[in-house]
Amino acid sequence: MTESNAAAIAATRETPEAHRRALLWQVVDDYSLIGIFVVLFAVLSMTVQYFFSWDNVVGLALSVSQIGMVACTMMFCLASRDFDLSVGSTVAFAGVFCAIVSNATGSVVIGIGASLIAGALVGFVNGAVIAKLKINALITTLATMEIVRGLAFIASHGQAVGVTSEAFFTLGSAEFLSLPVPVWVTLACFVVFGVLLNKTIYGRNTLAIGGNPDAARLAGVAVDRVRIAIFLIQGLVAALAGIILASRMTSGQPNAGEGFELNVISACVLGGVSLMGGRASISGVLVGVLIMGTVQNAMSLMNIDAFYQYLVRGAILLIAVLVDQLKNRRQSR
Amino acid sequence: MTDAPRLEFRHIGKTFPGVRALSDVGFAVRAGSVHGLLGENGAGKSTMMKILGGEYIPDEGEVAIDGHVRHFRKAADAIDAGVAVIHQELQYVPELSVMENLLLGRLPTRFGLVDRRRALAWTRERLDALGVDLDPRAKLKQLSIGQRQMVEIVKAILRDAKILALDEPTSSLSHRETDVLFRLVRDLRAQGKAMIYISHRLDEIFELCDAATIFRDGRKVADFDTLEGVTRDALVQRMVGREISDIFGYQPREHGDVRLSVKNVTGRAVPLPVSFEVRAGEIVGFFGLVGAGRSEVMRVVYGADRRTAGDVRVDGQSIKRSHIRDAIRHGLVFCPEDRKEDGIIGVRSVSENINISARRNHLTAGLFVNDRNEARTADSYIERLRIRTPHRRQEIRLLSGGNQQKAVLSRWLAEKDLRVLIVDEPTRGIDVGAKNEIYNVLYELAARGVAVVMISSELPEVLGVSDRVVTMCRGRITAQFDRASANEQNVLAAALPESAGSTPIRNA
Repeated sequence: MTESNAAAIAATRETPEAHRRALLWQVVDDYSLIGIFVVLFAVLSMTVQYFFSWDNVVGLALSVSQIGMVACTMMFCLASRDFDLSVGSTVAFAGVFCAIVSNATGSVVIGIGASLIAGALVGFVNGAVIAKLKINALITTLATMEIVRGLAFIASHGQAVGVTSEAFFTLGSAEFLSLPVPVWVTLACFVVFGVLLNKTIYGRNTLAIGGNPDAARLAGVAVDRVRIAIFLIQGLVAALAGIILASRMTSGQPNAGEGFELNVISACVLGGVSLMGGRASISGVLVGVLIMGTVQNAMSLMNIDAFYQYLVRGAILLIAVLVDQLKNRRQSR
Repeated sequence: MTDAPRLEFRHIGKTFPGVRALSDVGFAVRAGSVHGLLGENGAGKSTMMKILGGEYIPDEGEVAIDGHVRHFRKAADAIDAGVAVIHQELQYVPELSVMENLLLGRLPTRFGLVDRRRALAWTRERLDALGVDLDPRAKLKQLSIGQRQMVEIVKAILRDAKILALDEPTSSLSHRETDVLFRLVRDLRAQGKAMIYISHRLDEIFELCDAATIFRDGRKVADFDTLEGVTRDALVQRMVGREISDIFGYQPREHGDVRLSVKNVTGRAVPLPVSFEVRAGEIVGFFGLVGAGRSEVMRVVYGADRRTAGDVRVDGQSIKRSHIRDAIRHGLVFCPEDRKEDGIIGVRSVSENINISARRNHLTAGLFVNDRNEARTADSYIERLRIRTPHRRQEIRLLSGGNQQKAVLSRWLAEKDLRVLIVDEPTRGIDVGAKNEIYNVLYELAARGVAVVMISSELPEVLGVSDRVVTMCRGRITAQFDRASANEQNVLAAALPESAGSTPIRNA
């Protein structure tokens, strides 16, 4: 009785057209961003000189590799309804610190290790303050952004710190299967964090926390622990990005990565990650990063003044958020 | 124009992605009458109210007021047309006072500043005139849910609405608050307002309503111009579409050893030490007035709120203090009272909401979520508990309250070693059919040896479902009755504050 009843209800309430329409919208929602990127790429390939060449595409990938790595972890942060402004400072500090420690110890490995630990520590402090002391993430990371940037300047006396070891530079410039190492690292990040988000309890719990932290806690999610882990990993990956950036620039620079955090967050939002938490997809973030990089690259190729590039970036972000808003509104009306 | 009804819905249809919420629904409400709207959860009542309130735009059909077709494009249009819809989910500013909430947007000013004294006097006067006992200066967040609801209703009255729709207004009101509300509704009827009254409590419908309409699965199945001579069973049968002889359907069970033992537990909101025990297979109903401290105790037992002292044991094993995951590991779980705030994760799918806890026992290689197993689990509970959803991937916020509740219950049913289930107001705001289904789940669990604690403010439910009734008043357990000795009089008497001092603790 109950089964046939349920089936009857499903049959009367879900008309075939309605169902088909729902599925169609689902597909549009899921793939619209990828479609936009493909069209954008095709149009630029046909209209912008030098855009569609292997060298340019590799250059494009290299230019977004730092943003890409950190966007992976920022996705977790935003998905859990948090925020992290400190990543740009961590990038700078990690580069400087890695250079200083490498020079002092004569070992690049120790330098890299120390720098990664320092980055993780910054992340841990962020996470612990936010999760345990219940201080707003925006404020907390705004404070650590200033503090860590200050530490980078203090440690370097405001100067770029050159690295003496040649081995350090290979990290940023070596190629493997005709792709530079930083691009491989970024791809690895997308794979690892994609699996983490979709296939592990950690990822699912991150989304649950973002959706409703109180309900997640009552459902047995270790909310504080997950939040701390999110920030700790974010610090670690930001430090990795900083080390690779320093290697590419052959020195640790205390003013590196200014505005980096906002570019990363923009890429995530462009990729459909909800600032309200609970919604994120790794493919979206990948496309978001690629759209940012592609637009930047094309503007440079077209010799558009760098000052105007700010306007374009801002406009793209605004449009992306509007589209997202419209999608949500359609779903709930 | 004179013989046109005050409010008329004509052939309303509304489709959401994947769900036909309403099809060809129409009914009319006369001025100076209270029109009951009945139906199970998901029957389309709330959707109808959102159309009336201008929140949804119907795909087909129209709304007419005094014979004139009105097209509401947004909530403000409805308000301008004299419509006030008071939803189950209240809309208020928690940080502001009663007075400020009532006067939001039109506080009286003096020299450009808010004239607090005049505002206060005005608010007091209006509240007194309506017979509503509220402190105008109290912040909304300090009030009980019932009191907040009164503020919403008063706000609508003060806006001079001529059409007033109340969606489940009494679901979180105390008896006294309900009386005040009923008096208000009758006064408003006498003033010629047209009112729509949605409730799952049939006695309220009979007590208040002049006419009624019944919805089922997005269609109108019955209209009653008068409720005189209509029986309760007739209404239920039309709502559910099948006969439910006894909605409680209780059957006696054997009880085993003590499963849950709570000793001298205290917490921030539990100042007095509380102790009780529940046996395997036993359903214990906790009854008391709103604010008696039942939810507070259970939250501390589960670990949702901090336990400052005392001992909680499941099958003799001690549960770590204020540690939800330890409670779950020992098979002690809790379904909270406020589904939307504490129960569901709205933007996640039905399947995610069901699998969030139990998935830890089904990982592949100890690390990866087993999607196939989770899909199977979700589908089996959707079928078993008759959760109405187009598919398991639907965001749970789009489901009706009763179906959300069933999903939250499924979350705990999926725990393979469930021993103690605490449910807090499990059937609040849920229709008869779904209530019956939820009771059956509780019986089934009890029959499997689970110890069940059910907090409920509905006396018939407590008496109808429980093997034993525990009453609480002002933070302490005042009495216990076994099923045979519990009746409305003695349970209610033990739960009322007057009796707290005089009645000795009885053990059945």
